[in-house]
Amino acid sequence: MNKKLVLSVAPIITFVILVVFFWFALDKDPKKLNSNLIDKPVPVFQLPSLENPELVYTSESLPKELFLLNVWGSWCGPCHIEHPYLMKFSRQYEVPIVGVNYKDKTIDGLKFIQDKGNPYSMIIADQSGQFGIDLGVYGAPETFVVDENGMVRFRYVGVIDDRVWETKISPVIEHITGQPPMKVSQNSTDVTKN
Amino acid sequence: MKTFITLCIALASLQAFAVIETYEFKTEQQEQLYTEIINELRCPKCQNQTIAESNAGLSEDLRYIVYQQVSAGESKRDILAYMQERYGDFVLYDPPVKPSNYFLWFAPILVFLIILIAVLSKVGRRKVKPEQSASEGES
Repeated sequence: MNKKLVLSVAPIITFVILVVFFWFALDKDPKKLNSNLIDKPVPVFQLPSLENPELVYTSESLPKELFLLNVWGSWCGPCHIEHPYLMKFSRQYEVPIVGVNYKDKTIDGLKFIQDKGNPYSMIIADQSGQFGIDLGVYGAPETFVVDENGMVRFRYVGVIDDRVWETKISPVIEHITGQPPMKVSQNSTDVTKN
Repeated sequence: MKTFITLCIALASLQAFAVIETYEFKTEQQEQLYTEIINELRCPKCQNQTIAESNAGLSEDLRYIVYQQVSAGESKRDILAYMQERYGDFVLYDPPVKPSNYFLWFAPILVFLIILIAVLSKVGRRKVKPEQSASEGES
């Protein structure tokens, strides 16, 4: 009797285990790789500013607070889709966004910003793509969360929108800083970035 | 001439060989090393191709980096480490055995063992008439 029970229950248990396993496996997008930079500093770089080629940025130029590092290019379709959200974000939140203009022509990068607005606190021009490779970038847009110590804490590959921000990135920032991301205070004079 | 022969061999092989650019190397060994390495790195963008086969811009950049490093006399181990540092174990077709990859390495063996045990325990208790073994019990 006992053995019968085991024999009849075993397939059901096996099935349930497989369901759970595949459920999680299907939930994971195999196209999204984990960043190898997590808990490591932003790679060393020495690159010009997109708007002002005379100005050279290094790791020292990066914000000394938690910021987002957004890798984009005018050649990248999804970046065009993401841009309006970044504009909205920059008006809504105090979190600075550092742009990395990845493998783009200066003219195209500038045109993109002039036409659509500039949500970035600074834009690093990575024409050769070497900085992108050091960051482990494989598909623009990619967004990194960098903490106040300059450590990469999180990477999101793909377009950020409200849902991604609410479910993926905001919780990470809250986890790092212990408080929700700073919103732009309403009572301050409404300065829209251009 | 040499590149032409290489190209012929490449075309003759069944692989879709999509390397567009050819690089000049100082020595034969370097060229071999380069070919060996680009055929051992997985393209992070396209995922099911080596960077030797892939047409993606990223693969082109990575091939160029491999070329530069090979020409500079870097060892294969250093070059693979360089790539792994940036793209993780994913770029290596031969991932290292370490805790985060244990599942990858040992799951097949585990499954095999489970099946083996199940089969053995069934076969071991088989009666003369196998058809009836399914309904055997302590009646």
